[in-house]
Amino acid sequence: MTAPAKASRVVPPGEATARTRGPYRSSTPADVALLLLGACFLLPLLWLVLASLDADASHETRVPAQAGLENFAAIMTPALLLQPLWNSLVLSTGTAAVTLVAAVLAAYPLSRYRSRFNTPFMYTVLFGTCLPITAIMVPVYGLFVQLELLDSMPATILFMAATALPMAIWMTRNFMDAVPASLEEAAWVDGASRMTALRTIVLPLMRQGLGVVFIFVFIQAWGNFFVPFVLLLSEANQPAAVSIFTFFGQHGAVAYGQLAAFSILYSLPVLALYVIVAKGAGSPFALSGAVRG
Amino acid sequence: MAAQTGVRGLLRYLPVLPAVVLLAVFLAGPVLWALHASFTNAGLTGRNARNPDWIGLENYQRLLVDPVFPLSLGLTVLFVLGSAVLGQNLLGLALAVLMRRARRAVSAVVGTTVVAAWVLPEIVAAFAAYAYFSRDGTLNQLLGGLGLDQPDWLYSWPMAAVVLANIWRGTAFSMLVYRAALNDVPSEVAEAAQMDGAGGWQRLAYITLPMIRGSIATNLMLITLQTLAVFTLIWVMTAGGPANASSTLPILAYQEAFRFGDIGYGTAVATVLILIGAVFGAVYIRLLRESKR
Repeated sequence: MTAPAKASRVVPPGEATARTRGPYRSSTPADVALLLLGACFLLPLLWLVLASLDADASHETRVPAQAGLENFAAIMTPALLLQPLWNSLVLSTGTAAVTLVAAVLAAYPLSRYRSRFNTPFMYTVLFGTCLPITAIMVPVYGLFVQLELLDSMPATILFMAATALPMAIWMTRNFMDAVPASLEEAAWVDGASRMTALRTIVLPLMRQGLGVVFIFVFIQAWGNFFVPFVLLLSEANQPAAVSIFTFFGQHGAVAYGQLAAFSILYSLPVLALYVIVAKGAGSPFALSGAVRG
Repeated sequence: MAAQTGVRGLLRYLPVLPAVVLLAVFLAGPVLWALHASFTNAGLTGRNARNPDWIGLENYQRLLVDPVFPLSLGLTVLFVLGSAVLGQNLLGLALAVLMRRARRAVSAVVGTTVVAAWVLPEIVAAFAAYAYFSRDGTLNQLLGGLGLDQPDWLYSWPMAAVVLANIWRGTAFSMLVYRAALNDVPSEVAEAAQMDGAGGWQRLAYITLPMIRGSIATNLMLITLQTLAVFTLIWVMTAGGPANASSTLPILAYQEAFRFGDIGYGTAVATVLILIGAVFGAVYIRLLRESKR
C-alpha cells in the first residue's frame, strides 16, 4: 500500500533535495546513459506530436513538410470531439464525486473509532484493490444484462466508483488520520453532532488530501477504455476513449494525423491535472497505481 | 444494556454502508456471479442468454482440452515476467539509480518523459505504441537507418512488441517507487561504505538493495497485478493475434465471451484470472502485514 501511505506524508521540498544530494552527483556517464534511455521513451511520444501537425501523416516519425493545424481543425466538430469529451467529463466527474462521498463517509468511522472491525475491513478493502478489473468485465457485463443496466451512464458511474473505492478509502483514511481528533472534540462540547463536526471541521482541514483523491479517481476514469467499451454501447453515451477507438478503428487507415490530434486534445486534461497533483501534493507518489488496465 | 451498546456501535458504523453496498454489488457480486456462470452455458445472444443451463465442470474440462488455453496461460506468464518482473522492475531501478548520479536538469527531463508515457490515457499510449511498432513505424525507420532487417513486428514478433510496449508504458511506476525508496536510504550509510572502499556496484548490491528490499517486494507484487490485467494495450496493438499468438488471459476471456458469444466459457477463463490475481493479492497483503509488525 505504498501509494496511500506515502500520499499522506507531505515532504517539504527542502528536505528532499538535501537528501538526494548524495556523495556522487553530476557524473557525465550517468547523464549519457540516462539521456539514451530517455530518448527511447520519447520516440513514441514524438510521433504523436509530429503526426498531429502533419496533414499527411503516416506511421513514420518525420518532421512535417508543412506543419499546420489542419488536423485539429478537421476534428473540431461537435459529433466527433465535443460530445465524446463531454461524455468523458460526465463519466469521470460522476465517478470521482460518488467515490469521494462514499470514501469520506466510510473513512470517518474507520479513522475515529477503535474496533475489532477496522483492521479486517481495511485488509478486505485492500484485497479489492488487487482484483484484476479486466477479469471481472465479462461477469460485470453479464450482471448488467440481467439487471438491464447496459448502456446506462449512472450504472457505469457506480461501477467505476466501486472499482476506485478501495484505493480511495485507503487514501482518505490516511489523510483523515492526519487530522487530530482533539480539534473535533471542541465542537462536540458545543453540541455539534459527529457528522456536523466532520463537515465543518475535519473536511476543510483535509481539503488538499480530498483534492488528491478526487483528481486521482478522475484521471483513472478519464483514461479508462475497457469499462466503457464493454458497458456503454450507444454512440451518444461513449466517452472519448471509446469513440476514438471506434472511429479510427474504422476510418483510421487514412487519418493518422487526425488520430494524433484527437489523442493530444483528449490527453491534455489529465496531463494538466497530473501536474497539479504532483506539484500540490509534494510527491508524484499520490498517483501511483493510477494505471490499472 | 449490552444490546444497546451493540446497536449504538452498529449505528456509529452506518456511514460505511454506502461504500459497502457499492463494493458488494459491483465487485463482490460480479466475482460470485462469475463463479456461478462459469458452470453454465450462458451465451451472449439467443436462448442461452436468457435461460442458461447448469453444465457443471464442462467449461473447466474444456479449458484443459482447448489448446488455446495453455498457450494463453503461457503467454500471460511470459508477458508478466518479461514486461513487469524483468523489464519494468529492472529498468525502473536502473533509472532511479542513474537519476541520483546524473545532473539535476537531465534527471528532471528524463523523469518527465518516462512519467508522460505512464500518465497518458491507455488508449492513446496504445495508439502511439501501435504506430511505433508498425511496419513503416519509427522502430523500423531506426533499424533501416542502421542497415538492419525491418520485420513486421506486430505480425512476426507480436509478443516482443507488446512486452516492449508495456515496459515503455509502465516503467514510470517502478521508477517512482524506487526513487522514493532510495531517498529514504540515509546517505551516511553509503558514505561510510565508500570510506571502507566499496565500489559503486558493491554499494548497490550489498547495501542499497538489501535496505530497500521491502519496496522491491511491494513493487513486484503491484506491477505483477497491474500487468496481469493489461487489456487495452494488447487489444489495440495486435487484438491477440495473429492466430492467438499474443492473446493473454484477459484477451482470451474477452474473445470467448464477446467474439464467440460464449459467456460461460469466457467467464471460466476470467475466473482463472481472478484466482491468479487473488493468490498474488493474498501474498501481497501478507507481505504488507509482516512489514508492519
